[in-house]
Amino acid sequence: MTDRILVNGVSAPRFSVPLELRAVAITLALGALGYTLFPDDLAFLTRLISITLLVLSLDLVTGYCGVATLGHAAIYGVSAYVVGNACLAGHSDPLLLLLVGAVAGALMGLVSGALVTRFRGLPQLVLSIAVGQLIAALANKLSSVTGGSDGLSGISPGRLFGIYAFDMYGRTGYVFSVAVLMVVFVVLLRIVHSPFGLLCQAIKDDSLRARMIGARVYPRLVLMYGLSGVVGGIGGALNAINTGVVGLDSIGFERSAEALVMLVLGGAGSLWGALIGSIVFQVFEHYVSAANPFHWMTMVGALLIAVVLFAPKGLVSLGGLLAGRATYVMRRRP
Amino acid sequence: MAWTGLSIGLDALSYGMVLFIISIGLSIMMGLMRVVNLAHGAFAMIGGYLASFALKNAGVGYPLAIVLAVLGTIAIAFPLEFLLYRRIYRKSDELTQILLTIGIAFVIIGVANYILGPTTKSIPLPPLLSGPVDLGFRMIPAHRIFVMICGVCTAGLLWLLIDRTEFGIRLRAAVDNGDMAESLGIKTQILFSATFALAVGLAAFGGVVGAELLPVEPFYALRYMVTFLVVVSVGGAGSIPGAVAASILLGLADTTGKYLAPEYGEFFFYLAVILVVFLFPNGLLGRRH
Repeated sequence: MTDRILVNGVSAPRFSVPLELRAVAITLALGALGYTLFPDDLAFLTRLISITLLVLSLDLVTGYCGVATLGHAAIYGVSAYVVGNACLAGHSDPLLLLLVGAVAGALMGLVSGALVTRFRGLPQLVLSIAVGQLIAALANKLSSVTGGSDGLSGISPGRLFGIYAFDMYGRTGYVFSVAVLMVVFVVLLRIVHSPFGLLCQAIKDDSLRARMIGARVYPRLVLMYGLSGVVGGIGGALNAINTGVVGLDSIGFERSAEALVMLVLGGAGSLWGALIGSIVFQVFEHYVSAANPFHWMTMVGALLIAVVLFAPKGLVSLGGLLAGRATYVMRRRP
Repeated sequence: MAWTGLSIGLDALSYGMVLFIISIGLSIMMGLMRVVNLAHGAFAMIGGYLASFALKNAGVGYPLAIVLAVLGTIAIAFPLEFLLYRRIYRKSDELTQILLTIGIAFVIIGVANYILGPTTKSIPLPPLLSGPVDLGFRMIPAHRIFVMICGVCTAGLLWLLIDRTEFGIRLRAAVDNGDMAESLGIKTQILFSATFALAVGLAAFGGVVGAELLPVEPFYALRYMVTFLVVVSVGGAGSIPGAVAASILLGLADTTGKYLAPEYGEFFFYLAVILVVFLFPNGLLGRRH
């Protein structure tokens, strides 16, 4: 049965350039574009990439599995704290720290996935919020580990490959972040097009039918949550490595809600959507919220309402320029 | 020790009653229209603002201020119902509902902040309610007793409305089977609008009488949004006794946690939530949908 789905669902992309190569080209082009547009504000761009990873991670569970969650920042925040502590404990190799973040994120993802995907609907949403808030309250309480409301500061990663130091201009951090984003994005493209990724989408569309064709729904969802944890964990690790500070804001409800807003703005259920949504949202935020934070909130609200009413599938469905046929094929129901 | 327990119990009860008054509207809405309304707290906040304005700037009495706040909030919310909420009754998936209603909440917060500023607005109490009352083992603000009476009255009146009136019968029919109710000639659209007005009015009422415990400021809507949603989920959508039980249980968990281990913040509250959701996924007294 899975074979049949494979044949019908993902006919191999027909254009000459493979999807992965295009992804590499586009992320590199975006990286170069960012560098030319904001040469003096690379810190903003590295932060943007870190949040983009969180949004991609959220896309895996919300867009591809249909799990509505408002507590995803817990994964991001916990791994940022773990990475920060690992670095303070003397393990300062950036690649090692990235790995630590990925593992911490995976564990957080598996645990919260095991809790949250047990149910659907309102109990699921409330559980996701409760898990997120529980972790946030703990982070506030365990100030010996997290620095409490002052944040965890003084994280200074070592040189990348022993050569490139993380300087104050953030060039190393930026190139490192773009490279990480590129690798993660390509791997995720493969995963969501794999039989496993397709099965998750089948569960999202109709979990009863997926069960009828022999899919074991719960373990699949938990596994996807674990994968999403890896991605979110890498995002958190990048945040800790690049900024050197981890604050309570990286774990709270607002961060989770904001990530969801970015995802839906771009288009849930498409990795390109997550990418576009987080870039557009954050560049917009960079300019507007600096001018007036309260008008910013009104505008985000109005934007959300407009997206829900006029472009329920997100920006990616409007343009579809970057997404091309691959997304279209994925979204088409048989 | 026993007095401490009783003391915590009293505070928990008054806090729980505020939670109940505000959340019951959300619960009814969720039970009937299946709308996860994250802007519910924003309506409670609007009620608080209107009452504060009526008391301090227009100089009306406390009871009249409550009535004005409730009616004013319904008037403000009605265009939203007409333009936006109608689209998401019953049929939309949760993600759409969450996003639309968070969007509404954000807009209300932003506008409130712009017009009224970021400060907390007080709602002055009449002399009768502002003094303390001696219960023998401790003093308790008269206002808390008033809140408890309000909660009990709200629960009683709602029960009468839903269990004993024509409106209630139609409402329950629509909850049980919307399509069948429609084909039996019940105008569900009007029923939905009336229920929306009822829910918003209750939120505003709770926002006013609970302002001592949940202070009215622009981020009210965001700060307590999760709390109200949790009460509904734990109680079971659409169930009055469920909402009462959940409000008191969660009020107790939160108050006890803050009395005995204040540095843990809302940890115990959410721990209780996770446990209850696991044991009763459809809520303490809810029904499977």
